[in-house]
Amino acid sequence: MTTDTHAVEALSREELVHAIRAATGEVFTTMLNLSVTPGDVFVEKEEAVPSSGVVSLIGLAGSWVGSGSLACSEGCAARIASALLMTPYAAINEDVLDAVAEVTNMIIGNVKTALESRLGAMGLSTPTVIYGHNFQTRSSGNQEWTVVPFALEEDRMCVQMCIAPNADAGKKTTRTGFPVPHLLRT
Amino acid sequence: MLDVLIVDDSAAIRKILQRVLRQTEIPIGTVYEAGDGVEALATLRQQSIGLVLSDINMPNMDGLEFLTKMRAEQIWKGIPVLMVSTEGTQAKVLEAVERGASGYVRKPFTAEQINEKLVGLI
Repeated sequence: MTTDTHAVEALSREELVHAIRAATGEVFTTMLNLSVTPGDVFVEKEEAVPSSGVVSLIGLAGSWVGSGSLACSEGCAARIASALLMTPYAAINEDVLDAVAEVTNMIIGNVKTALESRLGAMGLSTPTVIYGHNFQTRSSGNQEWTVVPFALEEDRMCVQMCIAPNADAGKKTTRTGFPVPHLLRT
Repeated sequence: MLDVLIVDDSAAIRKILQRVLRQTEIPIGTVYEAGDGVEALATLRQQSIGLVLSDINMPNMDGLEFLTKMRAEQIWKGIPVLMVSTEGTQAKVLEAVERGASGYVRKPFTAEQINEKLVGLI
């Protein structure tokens, strides 16, 4: 396991996990009227996503750069959409994917807000949602993902982030997007 | 009756805000939707809008640029604009207010928070 010295000095894993747990809990309680139970945090070199299901990705750029995502099963995604939109969904459709994207946007957006006072201003990309079977997403380079699992009754989802200081901050205008490139394997 | 424009790239949020609006005591007429600032300006030109709810982070034209362009037009200066966004830092709220926002609600929000803000604006 490699460790980014600057990241440890400026942002501990505990701080990041605390921000993710707080934001996820608030979004689910306020917008979905559901409670989530956080599980044991782990660190991965590759993004911990299910081999099938839904992954929603958002990029962060500014003084720090990185990505955040929410990964869950089809059933969990339908459950999230049903609670958010107060309409029953049994299968994946456009509404379900849009709902998962917006929930991810709110979670990662609130994590960003919580961290900005310490790390400086960052911008958010609009979410990209991937749905399918037998796929993996990978980030290039040595970025470590901090993965925070949550139990949603019988379902499980993961909110995960990788974030590091932007070596180019202040040198040029940073474009909001996906500074950590992703490969999609099927 | 008050015609309302909801500006957000998320169809889910537009649907939720429309439901919340219908639950308020404010007499709501037609609710128009736009997915970004460009669509929102086009709708403002075509309809008689009395209230705008707008996100900030959107493709094509974000909420702050939309707000600036809207306030630059004399006929739209008096329309209340409530920003509803995940952007929650004080700096971002101040920037929105400086550009002409009438109020600010951070996502996630409750129906009561939206209602409370709207009652103060209308």
